[in-house]
Amino acid sequence: MSVLSKRKFPRQLEDEAIYIIREVAAQFDRPALLFSGGKDSITLVRLAQKAFYPARIPFPLLHIDTGHNFPETIEFRDQLAKELHLNMEVRYVQDSINQGKVKEETGKYASRNALQTVTLLDAIEELKLDACIGGARRDEEKARAKERIFSVRDEFGQWDAKRQRPELFDILNGKINVGENVRVFPISNWTELDVWNYIREEGIGIPSVYYAHEREIIERDGMIWPYSEYLHTTPDEIVQRRVVRFRTVGDMTCTAAVESYANNIDGIIEEILSAVISERGARIDDKRSEAAMEKRKQEGYF
Amino acid sequence: MDILRLNTAGSVDDGKSTLIGRLLFDTQSIPQDKLEAIAASSQRKGLDFVDLSLLTDGLIAEREQGITIDVAHVYFSTPTRKYIIADSPGHVEYTRNMVTGASTAQVSIILIDSRHGVVEQTYRHFFISTLLRIPKVLVCVNKMDLVNFSQDVFSNIVSDFYAFAEKIKFEGQIIDFIPVCSLHGDNIAKGSDRMPWYEGKTLLQELETTNLKENNDELPARMPVQYVVRPRTDEFHDYRGYAGKISSGIFKVGDTVTALPSEQTSVIKKIQKFESSLDEAHSKESVTLLLTDDIDISRGNMLVKKGQEPIAAKYIVAHVCWMAHEPLSIGKVYWLQHGNQLVKAKIDAIQHVIVPDTLEHQSATQLKLNDIAVLSLKLAHPIFADTFATNRSNGGFICVDPGTNNTVGVGFIEELYESVPVQEFAI
Ligand SMILES: Nc1nc2c(ncn2[C@@H]2O[C@H](COP(=O)(O)OP(=O)(O)O)[C@@H](O)[C@H]2O)c(=O)[nH]1
Ligand SMILES: [Mg+2]
Repeated sequence: MSVLSKRKFPRQLEDEAIYIIREVAAQFDRPALLFSGGKDSITLVRLAQKAFYPARIPFPLLHIDTGHNFPETIEFRDQLAKELHLNMEVRYVQDSINQGKVKEETGKYASRNALQTVTLLDAIEELKLDACIGGARRDEEKARAKERIFSVRDEFGQWDAKRQRPELFDILNGKINVGENVRVFPISNWTELDVWNYIREEGIGIPSVYYAHEREIIERDGMIWPYSEYLHTTPDEIVQRRVVRFRTVGDMTCTAAVESYANNIDGIIEEILSAVISERGARIDDKRSEAAMEKRKQEGYF
Repeated sequence: MDILRLNTAGSVDDGKSTLIGRLLFDTQSIPQDKLEAIAASSQRKGLDFVDLSLLTDGLIAEREQGITIDVAHVYFSTPTRKYIIADSPGHVEYTRNMVTGASTAQVSIILIDSRHGVVEQTYRHFFISTLLRIPKVLVCVNKMDLVNFSQDVFSNIVSDFYAFAEKIKFEGQIIDFIPVCSLHGDNIAKGSDRMPWYEGKTLLQELETTNLKENNDELPARMPVQYVVRPRTDEFHDYRGYAGKISSGIFKVGDTVTALPSEQTSVIKKIQKFESSLDEAHSKESVTLLLTDDIDISRGNMLVKKGQEPIAAKYIVAHVCWMAHEPLSIGKVYWLQHGNQLVKAKIDAIQHVIVPDTLEHQSATQLKLNDIAVLSLKLAHPIFADTFATNRSNGGFICVDPGTNNTVGVGFIEELYESVPVQEFAI
């Protein structure tokens, strides 16, 4: 057993995240929490619940449903919303496609991951949101490592790395100009391991796809892809059954699985500690180029 | 499990990114795929070694120009603690980013290129470290391989640095020096048999043994109220909780507290942290306080322990680092944000600008980007601050430009007055 596995969750991270979430509720008129169904946004829901307890979370959650989600995630989302009396707004990428605002990608690597930015920006406009809380972490990816906790976006949702506001001490400046909005990242300073330790210590429920299970997969480019009706396969790609789990949960078309028998949180944490592949290494969308994430962020991605 | 926050400073190419990369590499904190990715880009660039600096230089412009232009945050853990490193850029133009990266740091790592010795930037960075009252400064003399691991070179740099540092270091500030070679890892996480004359700790040992006691608990108890929790449900009909993060001191159930600015007092009935009730809560904890009396408290107010009230300051003197291209000018009005309190502030006077490397004072009518000066400010409403030297978590503020809403300056409070102090004119 690795020495790090007995490590406890640094409680200071929770205090800081709650502080940030309370600042959002206080400084903005119409905030929302961007919910993806992944472990990071589930952690955010827990933090928001704690921040305002015994009152309910004073803002809605927003889920951009690509239509290619794992069914387990959707089931989990609806259950969580019911339990915590959440105001869950869902907007569909399919609607943006039907409206002709975006075009479905074609070919073997077709995914709706990039399309959801348009649906998100439309939803921000429709709901007049001035702040969107997201579960991004700085340890995920190089461009994320540079992002502020309050990250100002222009009317087009764009992130300008060179014009970021300095952030001093724990003071958060939420003043914005008309048309701008802010993306807020309360768990910026958490690592993947911190999130899992928190989930363990708090006993937070997560969608079943995070645990080892048997499912249909194909092998492509040295990665394990979950097979679904949305995945465009070539004739030489054979569907097999394999015991796998997901380390990160996005769309079924852009999230790779890992072979694993970890069926509880302790098992998952052990696995992360001994893993040689980073979390984002399982995100097919990041592999497109070295600067893939930064480019998508400039265009208004989460 | 505690957290230690570090920042790195030094001139361009002194090796900050390489040092951080090395620290991560030698503590096995870099996943295989990330390592492979930077190995591949090193190769594409025609290097015959793995350029560990590629780990933090994440922006497209940075990779093109090969420099760091914005603070990157990097994380690693040991069984002892979690580390958060702010990799601040060294270029003068980006001093504001260094201040940003250093504002939450408990340890500042200042790099010096052994071939160049102490340069203007070194003074600037140490000056900023003292201005920000960073308790511990570790001076890493890097690229020792390029000076034949010479003890003389190292000793000369130590005495040059100390000659300057002695003049401005604050009481209790710790300064240590380590000769390193980040490229090969000497004295980073492992010792070095190429510098047998060095008997001190490696960088990692220094970090692991840093005593974190910031004595925040011993300071006067202060909690800025962020949010008033009012469930308005049948079950919690009359519930009124004051939510906030304690900035310093300890609050206990039964303590008498004063609400500022109203100066009304009440007693703490309950300290709530989600579903559990605590007997006491310490600095940096996010809690909700319930009081025995229904007094009028809203966001921007502060709860303090009775008898420990700060003065209601409407006039302050502060060190300010200017962070905007638009200059600061006398008479201009800015938003001043202290904790979660926002007041209008008028620049009353620029007492002097400080030249960080010579400590010389210059008179000025404007502050330019990256200037550090002593200013006096007149406030439209009182704030409840402490001086930065006595209470780091209640003595800082930011300036926000009311036109652009950008954060344009950061201040460290030196003096607090209830009203404009009477000038002592020597006619
Ligand atoms: N010879 C030698 N080169 C080094 C050392 N540390 C860094 N470098 C090189 O110095 C250059 C600048 O390093 P970098 O980490 O990007 O500096 P930064 O601008 O301070 O972040 C790179 O080419 C590094 O490979 C060292 O200890 N010895
Ligand atoms: Mg660098």
